[in-house]
Order: sequence, then C-alpha cells, then structure tokens
Amino acid sequence: MSERRAAGFYWLAALFALFVLFLYGPMITILILSFQGPQGGLTFPMNGISLHWFYRLWDGLGVVDIWAAFRRSLRLGAVVMILTVVLALLAGLAYRKRFAGSNLLFYVVVASLIVPSIVVSLGIGLEFRLLDDLVKWTAEALGYEEFAQSYGTTMGLFSSGLGAQLTWTLPFGLLICFAIFNRFDRRYEEVARDLGATPWQSFAHVVLPIIAPSVVGIGLFGFTLSWDEVARSSQAIGGLNTLPLELEGLTTTVTNPEIYALGTITTAVSFLVIGTALGLIAALRKRAALRASP
Amino acid sequence: MRVEAGGNTRRPPLLSRALPAWLQALPLALVFLVFFIVPLALTVMVSFWDYTEYSLVPAFTLRSYTEMFEGCYDRLPDLCVTLKTYLSTMKFCLIVWLVTLVVGFFIAYFLAFHVRSLTWQIALFLICTVPFWTSNVIRTISWIPLLGRNGLVNSTLIRLHLIDTPIEWLIFSDFSVIVAIVHLYTLFMIVPIFNSMMRIDRALIEAARDGGASGWQTLWNVVIPLSKPGIVIGSIFVITIVMGDFVTVGVMGGQQIASVGKVINTQMGALQFPPAAANSVILLVAVLAIIAVLTRLVDIRKEL
Repeated sequence: MSERRAAGFYWLAALFALFVLFLYGPMITILILSFQGPQGGLTFPMNGISLHWFYRLWDGLGVVDIWAAFRRSLRLGAVVMILTVVLALLAGLAYRKRFAGSNLLFYVVVASLIVPSIVVSLGIGLEFRLLDDLVKWTAEALGYEEFAQSYGTTMGLFSSGLGAQLTWTLPFGLLICFAIFNRFDRRYEEVARDLGATPWQSFAHVVLPIIAPSVVGIGLFGFTLSWDEVARSSQAIGGLNTLPLELEGLTTTVTNPEIYALGTITTAVSFLVIGTALGLIAALRKRAALRASP
Repeated sequence: MRVEAGGNTRRPPLLSRALPAWLQALPLALVFLVFFIVPLALTVMVSFWDYTEYSLVPAFTLRSYTEMFEGCYDRLPDLCVTLKTYLSTMKFCLIVWLVTLVVGFFIAYFLAFHVRSLTWQIALFLICTVPFWTSNVIRTISWIPLLGRNGLVNSTLIRLHLIDTPIEWLIFSDFSVIVAIVHLYTLFMIVPIFNSMMRIDRALIEAARDGGASGWQTLWNVVIPLSKPGIVIGSIFVITIVMGDFVTVGVMGGQQIASVGKVINTQMGALQFPPAAANSVILLVAVLAIIAVLTRLVDIRKEL
C-alpha cells in the first residue's frame, strides 16, 4: 500500500465520523436532558440543571414499581449470564469432538437466532399456557379441586422468561465459543495430558486460563442482551415485567424527563457492565502476557 | 467371531469419546428443545385450533387462516388488512435493508481497508459495537427529543428561518421508524461484512491495482464479490429482525403504524391465541422464503 492516503479515505473517514455521531448523538441528548431543571420539559432548551428528575424517579413512577423491575432485571440478567457462559462453554467443548447430531443442533441454534423474536416469544407463551391448562385439568380429573382452584401459572421470570432469553443469548455464546476454539492451540492440552493431567485438570488449569478473556466476553453478551431484551420476553414473562418491558410501556404514558433519567440509569448500568468486562479482559490478557515472559 | 470381538473391543473407547460430548451438549440442546422446538411446534398446532372469547378449543380448523385472509382475494385490487400490513412491513424491510447495506458496507470497508493499525481497528470497531450492548428501547426513545414537534431539528430549522412551522413527518411517521431501525441495526450489517473483509487476502487488492484497476473497479470486482458471505449474513439478520419488529414500529410510529409483529402482539394481548399463532406461522414462512432467496443468490456454504 502506498504511504499517501487515497482520496477515498477522507470521504470514508467523514462517513464514519457522521455514523458515530448518528450512533451516539441521540443517546447523549437524553443523557443531557435527564439533568433538566424542575421546570424543564421533554425537549431543549435546558431549563437549568438539576437532579430533580432522578429524585422523582427514586420515589417511584406512579403505579409502576420501577425499582422492583430494576432488581428483577438485575437478577434475571445475572442468571442468564451464568447459564449462557456455562451452557455455551460446555457445548463449545462438545463441538471440539465429533458427535452424532452435532450438525442438527448447530442448525437449530442458528435458526433460533433467525426466527423472529415475536414468534419464539408467542410459542413459549402458548407452551406455558397449555401446560397450565394441562396441570389444572389433571388436578381436577384426579379430584384435587382445591389445588386446581388455587393453582396460578408456571409462567414467570425464571421459567418461561429465562428460557425465552436463553434462546437469544445462547446462540451468541456458542458462536463465540466456535471462534475461541478455532483459534485454540491443541498442543497445550496434549502437553498437559502427556504430563499426566486428568481431563478436568487440563481444562481447569490449562484451557480455562487461556480462554478466560473470551469467556468474559460471553458473559458480557449474556448479561447485556438479557438486560435490554424486550421482544422475546414480551409474551413469555408472566405477571411481573422486567425493566425494559416496563420502560416500553412507559414510553406512551410518562411525559416528563423522568423517563430520560431512567434511560440514563439503565444505560449507566450497561456501560458499567461493558467497562467491567473490557477491563477484566484487558487484565486477564496482561496477566497471561506477564506469565508468558519469564 | 474374532472380528466381531475385535470390533467390540474398539467400541468402548469410541463410545467413551462420544458420550462426554453428548453430555456436554445436552443442557444446551435441552434448552432449545424446550424453549424453541416445542414452542414452534405448538404454535403450528394451535394455529389450527378453534377458539371462543376466553378459551382455546382443540380442533382442526382453518378458521384462523381464513379469517386472516378474508376478502383478500374477492376485493382485489383493494388490499385487505393482512396484505396491507405485510406490504407495509416489507416496505420498511426493503428500505432499511438498502440503507443498512450501503452504510454498513462502507463503514466496514473503511475499518477493514483504510484503518491501518490493528489497535485503531479494534478501538473504532468497539465504538461501533458498544451501543449494541445498551438498551434498544432507550436508543429508540432518544430520537424523540431530536425529531419531536418541538425537538432539536425543528427548533433549529425554525431559528434558521428555513421553515415557519414544525415539520410534522419527522416523528411518529414512516420516516422516524426507518431512522430508528437503521440506528439500531446497522451494526448487524457491519460485523459480518467486516469479518468477511478481514479474510480477504490483501495480495488480491494489490494484484488488482498492479493490473491497472481503478479504486472503484477493485471495489466492484474484487472486494464486493469476496464480501458476499458477510453481506448475505448481515442481510438475513436485518431482514428477519425488521420483519418481526413491533417495539420500534410501535414507539416510533406513535402506535399508529401497522406491522406484522404488532398484529401478533395485539392478538396475544387480546388472548386470541389461534389467530396470533396463524399470523406467526405465516410470518415465519415469509421470513424463511426471503432467507431461501437470499441464500440462493449466494451459496453461503460454498463461499465460506
């Protein structure tokens, strides 16, 4: 390549800059507007600067218990993150060997990424409703009238909701695992085995430390995708909503900057998680590099 | 007999190799069985069920499908509601696809071929991906203070005396829906195209240049054909997401613009499960048909 920049470079650089502005501009706008003064409205100009809307948000948003939704989403995100890391990693290990049905499973996982979320969500919602009907019908048929009367639903945050989100996070997790193991040098494991390590020892002391940064990446996907998920959860979450679902409902009812304050806090959590993950990845890489050089 | 015995002694190691793999893949497979395969099967089943105001009636009827397409044929050339909704959704799909394809391609091209140091490449790529990890709902509503009636765009234009009254079509319109969807999903185009471009042997570009190809000729005859797998994967992502979208269309369309996803969402809310299921089945068929056409254009497996 010549040292001089091609003319196209400047056009493309300008396009890139515009694109970044397009990406971040709106987000920065509501970040600024969330610090709107008490008399200010949903748009510019800023009517002073205050934490007024954050205080109001702290006291709750009318009938919606936003902080309960906030905590629910954090808990669900944590569970989705752990399950995504563990299940995707296990399956990733399985795909390093040949096993019957591996192709079929791969196609199913990719299909889960491609089938519109509303369809998946509706299917899971239906599944749990039919399950509820079946439970009630069986209880009545067996004469457990009281049980049938008091029986509510199996749908919920950690049953149907969790499953719905996993169909979205696991494909990403598995694809990342493929990328990890494609680049993994098997000779490390062979050395471990030659030195007498059991399969578990070789995984825990050799493989895992090497792939640790990427595993953090899977966790990042697991949590953030769950934290923001709307479409797949929408029909499958049961009676108690997650934060993004509450937020979606609030877009039509809340007409003051409280919703921007909530947006700022939600985004802050996302950035905190992204920052922690990227920091952890950098730290793990650094440690590996330090150990490699004597 | 000896041969069989020999075969038997060779079997255990093989099985003991396959068994751990199965056990490792099992939890993931179970999740997709319970939360993906079975739900889809149930959706197809329920789409043929009958229903009353408050209950599902197991049966085999085409009621949901016939109701969905009622009058679609008789009243032609007037379009029935279902066809209108599909056409509207596909219109959004097509526009968004074209915009994200062009923008995504050039952003990926810039990152892959014009940014020279790896550190910068990673840094700029991260800048593009960070919003993907933040909330879509927030990213959508953040357009409201910009495009709203009294928003930044309108007030700036008025202050500049370019317009007298606020432009109405900036928000809660087709325009705002498209802007918001492009904003959300261009990344799904950038990542696969960037990935394809990074695999292109740089010697090919040099060879094209040495052979006297202009920048555009290299782009058209070398880079684009070799980026095709990424383009197709990105297109599949964007199209399937937009086809099923109801959140962005709902929020940015002011709940006034129809989309297939919204229809399903509304029917679920009204506890009309068989029609919702029938709509889902049709949507799924439509999406699969589009994917089939796209993959026919480029044989992904051959290209990879």
